[in-house]
Amino acid sequence: MQTVESTQASQHASVTGSASLGREIVARVEDIKKTYYMGALSVQVLHGISINFYQGDFISIMGPSGCGKSTLMNLLGCLDQPTSGKYYLGDEDTSKMGDDALSAIRGARLGFIFQSYNLIQQLTVVENIELPLFYQGHPEEEARQIAIDLACRVGLGTRLDHKPFELSGGQQQRVAIARALSNDPLIILADEPTGNLDSKSGAEILQLFDELHQQGKTLIMVTHSDELAERSERQIRLRDGLVESDERSR
Amino acid sequence: MSEAVKKSGFSGVVRAAAKQQSTLHASTASANWTRIRKTAAVGLKSIYAHGLRSLLTVLGIVIGVAAVIAMLAVSEGRSFEAQQQFRALGSNNIIVKSVKPADIDSSAGGGGFRPQAVVYGITYEDVETIRQTIPSVTNIIPSRIIKKNVRYLNNTVSTDVVGTTVDYPISRNYNLREGRFFTQEEVDRQSNVVVLSDEVATALFPLTNPIGDSIRIDGNYYNVIGIMESEGFSNLGRSQAGSSNAAPTRIFIPLSAARFRFGETLVRQTSGGMESESVELHEAIIQVASQDVVEETGQIIEQILERRHRKIDYAVEVPLALIRQAEASALRDQLQAAAIAGISLLVGGIGIMNIMLASVTERTREIGIRRALGAKKKDIIMQFLIEAVILSGVGGLIGVFLGITIPILLSLFWGMTTIVTVGAPLLAFSISAVIGVVFGIYPSMRAADMDPVEALRHE
Repeated sequence: MQTVESTQASQHASVTGSASLGREIVARVEDIKKTYYMGALSVQVLHGISINFYQGDFISIMGPSGCGKSTLMNLLGCLDQPTSGKYYLGDEDTSKMGDDALSAIRGARLGFIFQSYNLIQQLTVVENIELPLFYQGHPEEEARQIAIDLACRVGLGTRLDHKPFELSGGQQQRVAIARALSNDPLIILADEPTGNLDSKSGAEILQLFDELHQQGKTLIMVTHSDELAERSERQIRLRDGLVESDERSR
Repeated sequence: MSEAVKKSGFSGVVRAAAKQQSTLHASTASANWTRIRKTAAVGLKSIYAHGLRSLLTVLGIVIGVAAVIAMLAVSEGRSFEAQQQFRALGSNNIIVKSVKPADIDSSAGGGGFRPQAVVYGITYEDVETIRQTIPSVTNIIPSRIIKKNVRYLNNTVSTDVVGTTVDYPISRNYNLREGRFFTQEEVDRQSNVVVLSDEVATALFPLTNPIGDSIRIDGNYYNVIGIMESEGFSNLGRSQAGSSNAAPTRIFIPLSAARFRFGETLVRQTSGGMESESVELHEAIIQVASQDVVEETGQIIEQILERRHRKIDYAVEVPLALIRQAEASALRDQLQAAAIAGISLLVGGIGIMNIMLASVTERTREIGIRRALGAKKKDIIMQFLIEAVILSGVGGLIGVFLGITIPILLSLFWGMTTIVTVGAPLLAFSISAVIGVVFGIYPSMRAADMDPVEALRHE
């Protein structure tokens, strides 16, 4: 833990965000670095980032393009491995995990919400929602029940058997949210969740996010929009692969 | 960071770990089965979504499978027919025939003299020797076969008149349609009786029943006492296999009568003028006690005839050997079918691989999504492999259907004998399924090896 403190201290960013509020840490990154190699060329995107994520946090990660937001999100989502540093999800260090273990952890601990919804077109609303449970080997009826409950919760109870292309963007994103909730994840990762939506649908999605936050879910959201970021309770700004600021607004 | 937070953090983790444990326990055999079933359902959907493309993709498999089954059916039918034909000759029989030696014509034709009658062929003495020296021979049915014009009123038919003994129909498994064959007594008395083949009977007696009536051969009248079953008739009446127990277009009279009425020397009109030949017997059916000694006996007969004849003016046919040959040629046919089928199935397999690769590229995004949601590499491999197997399996099923239909059509419209064995469709179908696996592996691995981040970014 000492190294974490010292790294954070060495950064000029304020560390108000890590004020614990007495809550559990659900995830933390320690001095994470990421370098991409393209032949002889190497590009370091993350230069050592350390953040603690607390249970019930609603965090927005901001920064100009190229600052490493996406890379950080991919690492947090266990879709990619850091070049160095550690990423604890729960108490497990995922930075040394193999592909299967990472897949398992994605399926069990993480929920994804994408800018472009990323629903599977051949599957119905319910089938899309239960997909993470399917890969967990969850009992079929139970999974179906969870999916139906979640669909109702996001207001799609009447569209259970619809295919994604029959739904509006806002509805599709609500399916994606339900899908992200189906495995009761430790963290929900949202990448520009309202980026493809008109303001009305976007507002509905944010309404849902607020509800999730109130229910104590941990949300990490990447966004460009300050307006969106203000809805969250903690804003982390990245610049050039480092944490520029980490503030708690509420 | 306070020690308390760290501790409580870990306690949260313990809960999560316990939760994961329980989910892991859930993935038992039945869960695996559910997964396969659901994956198959997704596969079917995506195949159905690209109906035409899928159909074109599996065309190779369809043709391959149909070709195997149809070719095997035709070859099986042909071999069955050939064996049946030879079996009709009697698998216990050896048939010795007189053959005109090739070099006789040139030596006989010289000068303005009327050429001497050409003498060749098997003799009564040959038959007697065989009967007496070979113990495994149970019976010999000699016959003379002479082409004659046969008349009834104004109708004339040119046919083979067979002078033979009473056992002829039994030896060749010929059936009588009507009446009876002649008796030993009639043979002894050189009676003018005749048994017609069905074809000859209908040609000479289009309207009336010939039994009891008389036909004329040369200057003599013969009383019709029986009619053989027709080849053509039995072909329709029986299954396609047919033709086994019907006499070809021939008429039968007692051997003694043939000898007495027609004499030993026969004059024939040829392109070079008249030609006469003297043949004692044209054919002898030699019945052997058991099938095991048929081929051996055939060799002994050949040796005897070799010693007794200066020229090769005879031929020894062993139907059993011909059956064996037919079997061998059937095997060759089957190997040929297998080779052609192998090639077309290979092409079909490559077609499937091609389309699976295209499908993998097309569905990169989907692969990324599934990976993000917890699909392991093996889940992705499974998904695409199942899809490939479904694709080739559906192709195989269509192929089996066609492969069974084609022989039926061939039989119906061309009267071709075809036999679809149970094994052929089973074999062809399982090969098509295996091809799905083999040619699905590489595309599936490609799909599984995609980087999830890259795949999610794919447009």
